[in-house]
Amino acid sequence: MFQILHAEFLAPGIKRFLIHAPRIARRQKPGQFVIVRIYEEGERIPLTIERSDPPLGTISIVVQSLGKTTHLLNSLNTGDHILDVVGPLGKPSEIEKFGTVVVIGGGVGTAMAYPTAAALKRAGNRITSIVGARSKELVILEKEMRAVSDVLMITTDDGSYADKGFVTDRLRQLIQNGARIDLVLAVGPIPMMKAVADMTRGENIRTIVSLNPIMIDGTGMCGGCRVLVDERSQFACVDGPEFDAHRVNFDVLVQRNKTYREQERRSMADFQREREARPEDVGKEVCVAEGATP
Amino acid sequence: MTVPAKTSLNPLPLKERMKVPRQAMPEQPAGVRATNFTEVNLGYSPELARQEALRCLECARPACTKDCPVGVKVHEFVQLIVAGDFFAAAAKIREDNVLPAVTGRVCPQEDHCEGGCLMGKKVKPLGVGYLERFVADYEQRMGFRAVPKVPPSGKKVAIVGSGPSGLTVAGDLVQKGHKVRVFEALHELGGVLVYGIPEFRLPKQIIREQLDYMRDMGVEFETDVVVGRTVTIDELIEEEGYDAVFIGTGAGLPVFMNIPGEHLNGVYSANEFLTRINLMKAYKFPTYDEPMLDLHGKDVAVIGGGNTALDAIRSALRLGARKAYVIYRRSEAEMPARAEEAKHAREEGIEFHMLTNPVEFLPEGDGWLGAVRCVRMELGEPDASGRRRPAPIAGSAYEIPLSVAVIAIGTSANPIVQSTTPGLGTDKRGYIQADPETQRTSRKGVFAGGDIVTGSATVILAMGAGRRAAKAIHEYLTSGQW
Repeated sequence: MFQILHAEFLAPGIKRFLIHAPRIARRQKPGQFVIVRIYEEGERIPLTIERSDPPLGTISIVVQSLGKTTHLLNSLNTGDHILDVVGPLGKPSEIEKFGTVVVIGGGVGTAMAYPTAAALKRAGNRITSIVGARSKELVILEKEMRAVSDVLMITTDDGSYADKGFVTDRLRQLIQNGARIDLVLAVGPIPMMKAVADMTRGENIRTIVSLNPIMIDGTGMCGGCRVLVDERSQFACVDGPEFDAHRVNFDVLVQRNKTYREQERRSMADFQREREARPEDVGKEVCVAEGATP
Repeated sequence: MTVPAKTSLNPLPLKERMKVPRQAMPEQPAGVRATNFTEVNLGYSPELARQEALRCLECARPACTKDCPVGVKVHEFVQLIVAGDFFAAAAKIREDNVLPAVTGRVCPQEDHCEGGCLMGKKVKPLGVGYLERFVADYEQRMGFRAVPKVPPSGKKVAIVGSGPSGLTVAGDLVQKGHKVRVFEALHELGGVLVYGIPEFRLPKQIIREQLDYMRDMGVEFETDVVVGRTVTIDELIEEEGYDAVFIGTGAGLPVFMNIPGEHLNGVYSANEFLTRINLMKAYKFPTYDEPMLDLHGKDVAVIGGGNTALDAIRSALRLGARKAYVIYRRSEAEMPARAEEAKHAREEGIEFHMLTNPVEFLPEGDGWLGAVRCVRMELGEPDASGRRRPAPIAGSAYEIPLSVAVIAIGTSANPIVQSTTPGLGTDKRGYIQADPETQRTSRKGVFAGGDIVTGSATVILAMGAGRRAAKAIHEYLTSGQW
């Protein structure tokens, strides 16, 4: 049982949890994740660790409401418990002095990229961050990213805040302006990561992405999270979750992530129906993210 | 022919014992059980158990105990059944076996106790497995006896992995007064007993009961700890003060065939398939959230011929598969699966395609599995395992339409512990090197046993390693000598 010490929404449908998990806090490194199971009948899902505080024995995770499990998780509050939290899993991000690193966060991906950005900054890199969101209210971690970036650019799809456009527009600009880029780290929706990879491939700019396949155990035991890298299988939970973007087969990742579409829809529909049938639960802060799987 | 000791309680003369037929195990009929996850074997009644126990010849030099990897005193517990003292029979088994309700069900007895049974030369061997199961279930139903508390030794042992080897080490050491804590990576205890072996062969309730008993004995358990990630072995020793560590992490890395199409939706490793169904109870979706593909009306094949393969395909059948195949590259004689499981599988309507090997998974639609292309094989000279090596027959390729394929061709060593424990000797495939008598590794105070040492094998062999390790750990803790 893992206690939620603090829970707060950062944006509609995006919640940060501070969880008491002393062993995980002590060993967490940027880029690693945890596997969470909320309750006895729940599924196991991976969530990136945003930060940890070893002396206090806490970790924080940032969760976006998408399907049933994340909606359920985001309905939990300070003082509630999560049944299982396992970690830290995955290979930590490679932290070195590369030179100038462009960190790109799309949507909730910004929370996932943040710990690595912070570590890269501490390692002496020059950090140019591009944070993208659909609209103003969905921009998260602006303060935190500003604190670890030499340059921070923010884009919103609808132009409601900062620059109108996509993160790739700003990246293209940087490249066209001849900016020196030693490494790009991109974390966000798959189409975004793929677009970044396509843009940097021709420029020979090393690009790392953090992949989000379906996972169950997270320790390499089942192979469910296998991704094709240079057309060979690698397990995202033990060989990743970060991979060289130019070698990843994004199409297969998208295809495999659709395996349980039907079941996910059904779970979500049952879940919505249950919530409607129990109006006393309405008022709990459960936000349906725009465009989420119905 | 041996003469039983004067103290034998068996009223039957020896010649008569051989005439008693082996008592059949009551089972669910195949047609019914292929649709449910309830246990196939229903268990002996006390009458059947006693009748079977009367068959024992009470050999002077019993092969059964010698062949048992944990050394169960078969003759003695069987005679206690004859005497009607089932509790004493249970206590006798427990002197050597901490999981009798498990081994009675899943051991390949034909390779151990029953394989060596003298009677087996002429008639069917003594049903040692069935008898062990009867006694264990009886004890459980009537309530376990309390275990006497032993004075604490002041030493503590960390056990990595709550599978059969780890549980065996825990059970033995706690009875010597050592403080024992078992660390488990998953959220449920039992390892392969819980994520691998299906409900219809090994009900999870049984594992829970055995674990409760171990807690009563004083064993501590901690789940959600991945040793090597959440904490390292060095930290367990240096920071948490453990005097010895036993590594029983199993061979938990799936092996894929590396043939085209293995990434298609609907292609699973047996570990994933079974974990979804057994550990995550996906067969109860949507009551349980972890999803499983709807197999109703679909054709499913498993590739492989071991127990894991049969567990997977029989589970698929129970989930509604229209056709269920086993595709195995060698012949029936080489199949490593437990004899009773192969028999049960055939009765349930599983089709066996022997001497057949997949070469490619073919797609249908948008990234989904549609068929598997196979070639026929013929057996040549024996390979390293002693079994005849299969070779493809040119021009024999054909396709089997499929919606789901489960790859159960074995597992290899999960490297998480090895890669985070400096100085821990491994072989070139990543398995931990351990002394076969003492299970010692190259690191002082660190022992290892089970699949992570031998490669994937059986529950009982893992338990055998656990017993040897517990003995050696106790000697190390009391003598202080490495």
